[in-house]
Amino acid sequence: MSKLPSRASVFRRVLVALGGLLILLLAACAQESPQTTIDPQTAFGDDIQYLLKLTFFAAVGVFILVEGFLIFVVFRYRAHASETGAPAQVHGNTRLEVIWTIIPAVMLIGIAVPTTRIIFDTQAPAPKDSLPVTVIGHQWWWEFQYPTLGVTTANELHLPVGQTAAFSLESADVQHSFWLPRLGGKRDVIPNHVNELWWAARDVGTTPGQCAQYCGTSHANMRMIAVVQSQADFSQWVQAQKAQPAQPPDGSAAAAGRAVFARSACIGCHTVEGVSQGKVGPDLTHVGSRTILAAGIISNTPEDMARWLKDPPAVKPGSLMPNLHLSDDDVNALVAYLESLK
Amino acid sequence: MATLIRPMAQPVVTALPRPHAETGLWSWITTVDHKRIGILYGSTAFILFILGGIEALIMRMQLATPNGQVVDADTFNQLFTMHGTTMIFLVVMPLSVAFFNYIVPLQIGARDVAFPRLNALSYWVFLFGAIFINLGWIIGQAPDAGWFAYANLTERPYALGLNTDFWVLGLQILGVASILGSLNFFVTIVNLRAPGMRFMRMPVFVWMTLVTNVLMLLAFPVITVALTLLLFDRFFFTHFFVPSGGGDPQLWVHLFWIFGHPEVYILILPAMGMVSQILPTFSRKPLFGHAFVVYSGIAIAFLSFGVWAHHMFAQGLGPTADAAFSFSTMLIAVPTGVKIFNWIGTMHGGQLRFKTSMLFAIGFIAMFIIGGLSGVMHSSPPADLQQNNTYFIVAHFHYVLFGGALMGIFGGIYYWFPKATGRMPNEGLGKLHFWLTMLGMNLTFFPMHWTGLDGMPRRIYTYPANMGWDFWNMVDTVGAFTIALSVLVFIYNMMRSLRHGEIAGNDPWDGRTLEWSIPSPPPHYNFAQIPVVTSLDDWWHKKYGGHGEAATHGAPVHAPMAGASEDDGHDGHAEAHPHMPDPSYWPIIMAAGMFFLALGLLFLPTVPVGTYIICAFGFALFVTAMYGWCFEPVNSPTVADAAAGHGMAGGH
Repeated sequence: MSKLPSRASVFRRVLVALGGLLILLLAACAQESPQTTIDPQTAFGDDIQYLLKLTFFAAVGVFILVEGFLIFVVFRYRAHASETGAPAQVHGNTRLEVIWTIIPAVMLIGIAVPTTRIIFDTQAPAPKDSLPVTVIGHQWWWEFQYPTLGVTTANELHLPVGQTAAFSLESADVQHSFWLPRLGGKRDVIPNHVNELWWAARDVGTTPGQCAQYCGTSHANMRMIAVVQSQADFSQWVQAQKAQPAQPPDGSAAAAGRAVFARSACIGCHTVEGVSQGKVGPDLTHVGSRTILAAGIISNTPEDMARWLKDPPAVKPGSLMPNLHLSDDDVNALVAYLESLK
Repeated sequence: MATLIRPMAQPVVTALPRPHAETGLWSWITTVDHKRIGILYGSTAFILFILGGIEALIMRMQLATPNGQVVDADTFNQLFTMHGTTMIFLVVMPLSVAFFNYIVPLQIGARDVAFPRLNALSYWVFLFGAIFINLGWIIGQAPDAGWFAYANLTERPYALGLNTDFWVLGLQILGVASILGSLNFFVTIVNLRAPGMRFMRMPVFVWMTLVTNVLMLLAFPVITVALTLLLFDRFFFTHFFVPSGGGDPQLWVHLFWIFGHPEVYILILPAMGMVSQILPTFSRKPLFGHAFVVYSGIAIAFLSFGVWAHHMFAQGLGPTADAAFSFSTMLIAVPTGVKIFNWIGTMHGGQLRFKTSMLFAIGFIAMFIIGGLSGVMHSSPPADLQQNNTYFIVAHFHYVLFGGALMGIFGGIYYWFPKATGRMPNEGLGKLHFWLTMLGMNLTFFPMHWTGLDGMPRRIYTYPANMGWDFWNMVDTVGAFTIALSVLVFIYNMMRSLRHGEIAGNDPWDGRTLEWSIPSPPPHYNFAQIPVVTSLDDWWHKKYGGHGEAATHGAPVHAPMAGASEDDGHDGHAEAHPHMPDPSYWPIIMAAGMFFLALGLLFLPTVPVGTYIICAFGFALFVTAMYGWCFEPVNSPTVADAAAGHGMAGGH
């Protein structure tokens, strides 16, 4: 006879296997989730978190009670061969039915009251000392304008820590949705509507976000980051953004790049202060100072920028920036120029 | 005047003699029998379910890993658009309609529906609409703006291909099918109930059918209007949704969800009705609180028109609107909760028999609870601002539509399979199907709650590796293939049981409603004698004499005799030889006319001549069919005998 494993050893193996699975799951849970909604960094996010917890624990409670009752009934009342005749033909019980209509209604009132308070709190007018920021959604990138500071940038939202930012959300083409999950809930960006949203980031740091309303081919590639800085760092950034663009020294690769830029289709869509005034694509006056390119799907390195300039639709499908069939020399010159625009 | 009357006396269109095939392809093409139309609806919808499922599997392969390379962005966008459109309009709705067709007349003791040819037209229009909306795949331009197709992404500058044209025109055709069907069922249920079947004696499935069809009748005109506006924008340069022309994209969003939210209940209420038949049968107890379940269904339908903006909490409607729609949304949870308690109450104290059908009904309750609770979580607008358009929502509505509607429908298929085929489904395979479905659906959809709360948006064809979403997406994909396996088991079970299943007999489950009093499969005319209904769950009372009602009223049909009397009816009884409406060619021809009318419009922006030719052809088909239809008697004079003047024929 072949040796069968004892019952105890089978049990142990199952236990080990389950333990391994659990560790795997925990490992998966412990993964960084940079875009998570459940680690809010604003008061707005905290309010949402409060409602999430309230509804979640209410849901878990109801889940345990009702599913528990269901499972109990399923096991308790299974038919047995010994039973003869039909069970009592109970048609209902009005009192019971009224009770189980009222209980969920009462629970929902418990959710509705704080919900209403938070709706009105979070949609009140923004505080007076807020920093106004105009967010313009484009297929498929974000434009950020700071009307009081005279700064325009793209995809990389810089904000001072602790100060409320009051966003005006506009669209240049179709519907988008402005969403930085760690900094609060989303708000849709709709053509011909100006939507409002405000919050103050609590901590210094960088946090990702992305468009949350389907907006066409590269919806998945319409990402952004928010860079929350100390007041001093933010002021420094603003000064740098307001400065005139860097002037490349004559004879340098960057100067050659500026010449390529000025004679190519680039100028039709992009602004570089003093060089061009295109308004279709992102303002490039200080593009070299950004950390990301192409709405956050690549980082701002010379290699990635060259890849992007050679064939934009290959990097971002459907990209409105066409493949200009630039020569390698032109691409390298352009990279040198654009990276010099700190 | 006389010329108008004369054609009535003789066949007008001699080119097409009245069809008379009783078997074979032609008999199916020309059928006006509600049972055959039900089978056509069901099998067509099931094939489309496979198609929608394959679309889902390709999407899951693409998303199994970060930076997936299985399909490109445009293909993925077409896949999710068509997966949603297919599962909603071409699968769950028509599967429900299949049951309306097959079961409702049997449950109300009728021999057919009120408008048999309109019923056939509804099926053919549905079929042509389903083909039309999928035509885009052939030229690689399937609809790609999402099933919700938010303007102005659907307008010319942003949607230049034929993709959106297929969607707009296809849905317009499908809407015609839905409205025709809902008119027919509304009239059927109101007018063709057997004597004694008062409204509160109707089985809950009939009730939910009635409520669903009222919803369809009221909701589909809204989407029809929205689609017409969009169609005018796209083809005739109007600006209803074009911001640069003063139009408002948000108008579309409102119109879409004023239709779209009742649509959600159109999808779920029929399954709730099926579950409300299955649970009492396999508990051997009446439905707990029949009236409460009926009233809560009506309440849900009524409230469903007042909750649409909960799809729009992120749209910036302002705090007052957000609060109001939040209340109405929470309110609708109450009647939904009532139903769950009543279903569990039905099982409480019963003798539960866990046939496959019962397992699916219990699975429906268990899964629907989860979908309902996550629904309450985003009825709170601020909380929804983090959940809207994420995988959390995807998880939520798949618990409602897969765990709910589809599991209920599977329960219904196992429950009524013996009635429709005369054979029993295989229980072993059925239980395997059930457990694989439960495993697969929870593996697929439960982790989506986490990925959603971890910030993964919907409708993205790719995601980077460092977001913490990889593991659960892989689990989702494994789950999706488990569901695919369960569907294969189901198909095998159906094919096998159809040939080798045990002979079912009239009443294999010891049922409670009228359909179990007649042979399986039912004869063409359903009831040899129209039953006289004396109570709720009439058949149960006739079998067991509950409350003595059946005994005092002298029910005409007795359990042991039911089968025999049907057989006798064929030859002997004059009453038992009812005249059923004859088949007709016109429904399919009229539906084809609509297909060509829509097809022609596709060419308008590029080859207008093509439009004129194809539309003229479609119009000719349509008008010919309408003319032929109008002058076609319900029964052909050559077949009809002296009795044609009264009885069933008179009703049309």
